[in-house]
Amino acid sequence: MSQIKLTSTELLRFTTAGSVDDGKSTLIGRLLYDSKSIFQDQYEDIERISARRGEEGVNLALLTDGLKAEREQGITIDVAYRYFSTPKRKFIIADTPGHIQYTRNMVTGASTANVALLLIDARLGVGEQTRRHAIIASLLQIPHVVVCVNKMDLVDFSEDVFNDIHDDFESFAAKLDIVDFHFIPISALKGDNVVDRSKNMLWYEGPTLMYYLENVHIASDHNFIDCRFPVQNVIRPYNDEFHDYRGYAGRVAGGIFKVGDDVMVLPSGFTSKIEKIDTFDGPIEGAFPPMSVTILLEDDIDISRGDMIVRVNNHPQTGQDIDVMLCWFDNNKPLQLRGKYTIRHTTQEARCIVNEIRYKLDINTLHRNLEDTELRMNDMGRVVLRSTKPLFYDSYKQNRITGSIILIDEGTNNTVAAGMII
Amino acid sequence: MNYHINHLKELESESIFLLREVASQFQNPVILFSGGKDSILMTYLAVKAFYPAKVPFPLLHIDTGHNFPETLEYRDQLVEKYGLSLIVGFVQEAIDKGFVTEERGVNASRNALQTYTLLDELEKGKYDAAMGGGRRDEEKARAKERFFSHRDEFGQWDPKNQRPELWNLFNGRKHLGEHFRIFPISNWTELDVWQYLASEKVPLPNLYFSHKRKVFERDGMLLADNEHMSKKPSEIVFEEVIRCRTIGDMTCTGVWRSTASSVEEIIAEVATTRMTERGGRSDDKRSETAMEDRKKQGYF
Repeated sequence: MSQIKLTSTELLRFTTAGSVDDGKSTLIGRLLYDSKSIFQDQYEDIERISARRGEEGVNLALLTDGLKAEREQGITIDVAYRYFSTPKRKFIIADTPGHIQYTRNMVTGASTANVALLLIDARLGVGEQTRRHAIIASLLQIPHVVVCVNKMDLVDFSEDVFNDIHDDFESFAAKLDIVDFHFIPISALKGDNVVDRSKNMLWYEGPTLMYYLENVHIASDHNFIDCRFPVQNVIRPYNDEFHDYRGYAGRVAGGIFKVGDDVMVLPSGFTSKIEKIDTFDGPIEGAFPPMSVTILLEDDIDISRGDMIVRVNNHPQTGQDIDVMLCWFDNNKPLQLRGKYTIRHTTQEARCIVNEIRYKLDINTLHRNLEDTELRMNDMGRVVLRSTKPLFYDSYKQNRITGSIILIDEGTNNTVAAGMII
Repeated sequence: MNYHINHLKELESESIFLLREVASQFQNPVILFSGGKDSILMTYLAVKAFYPAKVPFPLLHIDTGHNFPETLEYRDQLVEKYGLSLIVGFVQEAIDKGFVTEERGVNASRNALQTYTLLDELEKGKYDAAMGGGRRDEEKARAKERFFSHRDEFGQWDPKNQRPELWNLFNGRKHLGEHFRIFPISNWTELDVWQYLASEKVPLPNLYFSHKRKVFERDGMLLADNEHMSKKPSEIVFEEVIRCRTIGDMTCTGVWRSTASSVEEIIAEVATTRMTERGGRSDDKRSETAMEDRKKQGYF
């Protein structure tokens, strides 16, 4: 809010996870408040509500409780999105509830995040919920994880307490697939090390949370190597000025496409060259993630939605048998072995059958349960799907866009599962 | 070459992706056009998304009969410039036919009545996707809104039973008679919108810029004096230099004392302001959950 010229600002998306009482809402309230991103009328609003409830001081957590039921029960039900910006970056927070029954919300928030903030109550240390959240962050391949050891004010800002939690978490996290993690001792309630450096923890020499969020390197979070362009629509103007115009609209999912590149179109296998990369603002020389552009090819090839433009010498996997780590979302019934669902992957839609449930993953311990393989709401498991037509995919680890799928129940039309391709 | 785009370009790309998804996943989509800057932005992004082809959906404007004349003038110019098609639904018609009853008293507004006409127009046009310029930073109930927001056959929103949205996979499947509300600019903030409109040099209705207008004060808010509102005896009309931060129906749009007469000055003002833009909307002040309640009923 404090800067006018933000035009070279990067966008960073982060998700927050923690247990019910670990002060997550307070932390977000603190980030918004200390970065001067909340408005006077919002502040007066929560001041009034805090006073009416007889709470001491202004409850910053109220800033994030949007729905009536949430305010009444004092809990967060659904993913809420919050926004703030500093001169360096614009931030989108996916604030997800911590209860075990809301794993699906955490998975949702994690799917687009560059950074995950995991909150730990300094008094309680690494608990079951922390482990689960770390496992989800690892499975969803969130590139950067920050462990915020909160409520340091309640443990006398003790360095020993912080170090114990640090060691505890690190020995557990060695089993996980998290490349970059970081630990910060904070007090969201008092503001220590959130935006302003704490005067109570001079032993801590690392960055404040805000400094970390403003400076963590996220430019490499996209895949710039493997060129993938899922076609969304075909642009045909049908007017005199653009008589023969035939453009393929889409958002670059991976790699760098340049005019003159030799490309192949899947599934047909036809090859051509990129003639032009078009936008409303005029043609451009190159396109990379996450740009939305329109590609024109030199040759007239039959291409439609769901096809993928790739480089001639770098192909995704093509196949109908997909091995995925699935998170089940449906409250009404479990994943059905041999069940049929609609599968969505990039801009493709197909039907699929569940051919095998290999194991259920205990998301507190990473234990693979081979006996009980029933996936209920919020369960995760390794599943083999067979689709009615070939999909062009990469492993989720290689590319979050071309490596992810959702399943849709054909009766209710609800999104019932999210999957990461192995 | 630097493989990096700034936050405005990233937001633009996300919105264009969504608009293109709507064109592919729905049979008969429509853009809800209110005349405010958010629906102007959305329309402009739709022009970009399908360039050089024309925008494949019409604009639908719900006319409360209490519009600022500047809004209608701007709307017609926009439609002309980009070769868009326009459909107008009139709240007055619903009142004349007795489907809705005009509110009484000094705070009477046709804002809530719009919902009837909106749902009626959506049904008449058999639209299966209605795109709105709602943003998640606007109001607390909107912070939990999806990009693709499913509505039942009564047009109602159930905030506790929303479809999860992961990565950029959007599920627009529905049963016959149901429709979707789509919010392509969900992730933009007020400041983003202004910065983008400035950098793209998009012309805007002059209501957004500082001008002299006859106003009166009610509940700490300034309202534009107009023939559709009755004033209490204590409410005195005076002239003030103001601008609108949001543009809605004249009966519920607060105006702000401001000398910002260019987009750059507006950005400077927005960047330092201490009040939310909906702080000027009397329709949101009716109760703590006014927006949530209206959204459940089918309001945009």
